[in-house]
Amino acid sequence: MTPHAALNALTGIDGLLSEEERDLASMVRKYADDRLRPHLADWFEAGDLPAREIAKDLGGLGLLGMHLDGYGCGGSSATAYGIACLEMEAADSGLRSLVSVQGSLAMTAIHKFGSEEQKQEWLPKMAAGDAIGCFGLTEPDFGSDPAGMRTRARRDGDDWVLNGAKMWITNGTVADVAIVWAQTDARIRGFVVPTDTSGFEAREVKHKMSLRASKTAELSFTDLRLPGSAILPEVKGLRGPLSCLSEARFGIVFGAMGAARDCLETALEYADTRKVFDKALGGYQITQMKLADMALELTKGVLLALHLGRLKDGGGITNEQVSLGKLNNCREAIKIARECRTILGANGITLEYPIIRHANNLESVMTYEGTSEVHQLIIGQALTGSSAFR
Amino acid sequence: MNIVVCVKYVPDAQGDRTFKDDNTTDREGVDGLLSELDEYAVEAALKLKESGEGEVTVVTVGPEAAADAVKKSLQMGADKGVHVCDDAIHGSDAAATSLLLAEAIKKSGEYDLVLAGLASTDGTMSVVPAMLAERLGLPQVTQVSTLEVEGGTVKGRRDSDVASDTIEASLPALVSVTDQINEPRYPSFKGIMAAKKKPVETWSLADLGVDAERVGLAGSWTKVTSFAKRPPREKGEIVTDEGDGGTKLAEYLAAQKFV
Repeated sequence: MTPHAALNALTGIDGLLSEEERDLASMVRKYADDRLRPHLADWFEAGDLPAREIAKDLGGLGLLGMHLDGYGCGGSSATAYGIACLEMEAADSGLRSLVSVQGSLAMTAIHKFGSEEQKQEWLPKMAAGDAIGCFGLTEPDFGSDPAGMRTRARRDGDDWVLNGAKMWITNGTVADVAIVWAQTDARIRGFVVPTDTSGFEAREVKHKMSLRASKTAELSFTDLRLPGSAILPEVKGLRGPLSCLSEARFGIVFGAMGAARDCLETALEYADTRKVFDKALGGYQITQMKLADMALELTKGVLLALHLGRLKDGGGITNEQVSLGKLNNCREAIKIARECRTILGANGITLEYPIIRHANNLESVMTYEGTSEVHQLIIGQALTGSSAFR
Repeated sequence: MNIVVCVKYVPDAQGDRTFKDDNTTDREGVDGLLSELDEYAVEAALKLKESGEGEVTVVTVGPEAAADAVKKSLQMGADKGVHVCDDAIHGSDAAATSLLLAEAIKKSGEYDLVLAGLASTDGTMSVVPAMLAERLGLPQVTQVSTLEVEGGTVKGRRDSDVASDTIEASLPALVSVTDQINEPRYPSFKGIMAAKKKPVETWSLADLGVDAERVGLAGSWTKVTSFAKRPPREKGEIVTDEGDGGTKLAEYLAAQKFV
């Protein structure tokens, strides 16, 4: 039995999925195995990937904005979208990030808060992967406290003029459109910014040791002039970007368990084939203890993800519940990745195996879309009624 | 244009392959899938459909689990499916299978083109398409790496070691395609959801009017009497170069008839 089959035989989790959900999972897994996995080590090493080509593939598979309705989007359940994220992240967190930023952040912002013209213009080509989007909220000095943002949008006649900078922007250097959140005289507002607008600049963030198979940028806006129609009309204040973040966090709840599963499957295979002294590594109690504990945490994490998925599909998920999932699943995923690394010994640090790549990626995953600490504070506030953010 | 594609459900080549007590391939105790070589035929059909009008019907013969091969084809974009399924079919050889396919195709309605893959990935015999063409009285254009349909004719290129033949036939015709002809698509999310609503007919021998004595283990002209695992590869011969390494290598290759 393959490690994948062995894990599923143990947990029986496949039985919690519908036939279509299982087919979706195996479709994404097959695509990733055929087209992505063979290149991941090289992309990670080079710190580069053919993002446009991949986006086009993902559009063809229907994974971009798949949980949104209309405008060429898939109209899937939240759970199905989560399952797609899990399988993408089993390949690499950077690739799941591409899907998340496109679908959960950029497309969701337009879908939820955009004008009909903005939706018609952008959503169909973004769903097809013909246009790539990015999402600018975080700034060099403002991460967990986005309300302090310095990016400003000033009214000039009918136009808006943007000045400022955004940091850690996934897809920033390859994007056709950026959703930029900026402070106005009144509230924080969102803007749909074509990246070929004069005054827009995207510089690649170099020397990352995490999410290397993903494009990360610093964006800057210098007297960037937009027509009045570029503003997202349907939302004012931080609620806009934060509700998009909650969507992305939901995908991560599933995704992180994909990365963890891939590590555990790799470690199971390795423990079975690697001989230490006179028997397989997996025959030693200390290895089995590690494997059992990891399988347990993986199972709990996937169950939590599915639980949140079903809640969301039932229309009743809260941001605090998403925080529970993001906190647990990122934290446990990185623990699993590190523990798996110990099973592979020195081999665990090379890109020949996916483990160190996942472990390094997960450092970012537990930080972006709300750090673990922010999620602890959200959960703490939900429990006590007292805000301890500042 | 109505296109019928013959597909087969086979054991996953990545998994263990086992035989049952009657020396038939175990298709039930193992993970199975749509034979990868048949995906090229499905893709070829979908491409033809997309370039014009028409409908794609997939036909399979196999146990209950073989419905999966039909489902995968529908998820890729085929319009409807036919699954010939009957306990009496178990153990049918290529000739018996071609009989069942022929009857199912006739029953499924009007068709212009019957497509098949290069071979199944389990039996790898490549004979069913030719047998099927005989049974249906169709011209056969087998093992082509290109395919064009224009007016009432179909044209394809068959590549061999020494030459490439361009073969043309009038429709209706049977064409089998190689894995060089295209790159099969993955089912999309929308395809997976749409497939749920596509019609699939399941037909028994009685539905086809085929006598059980003509198929199955007893009705087949051939049967597997025994099997053996391939012996482990023998140790290679190491040629030490003492100035004549090249000559020795050439002699070896000539002795093995490689050159």
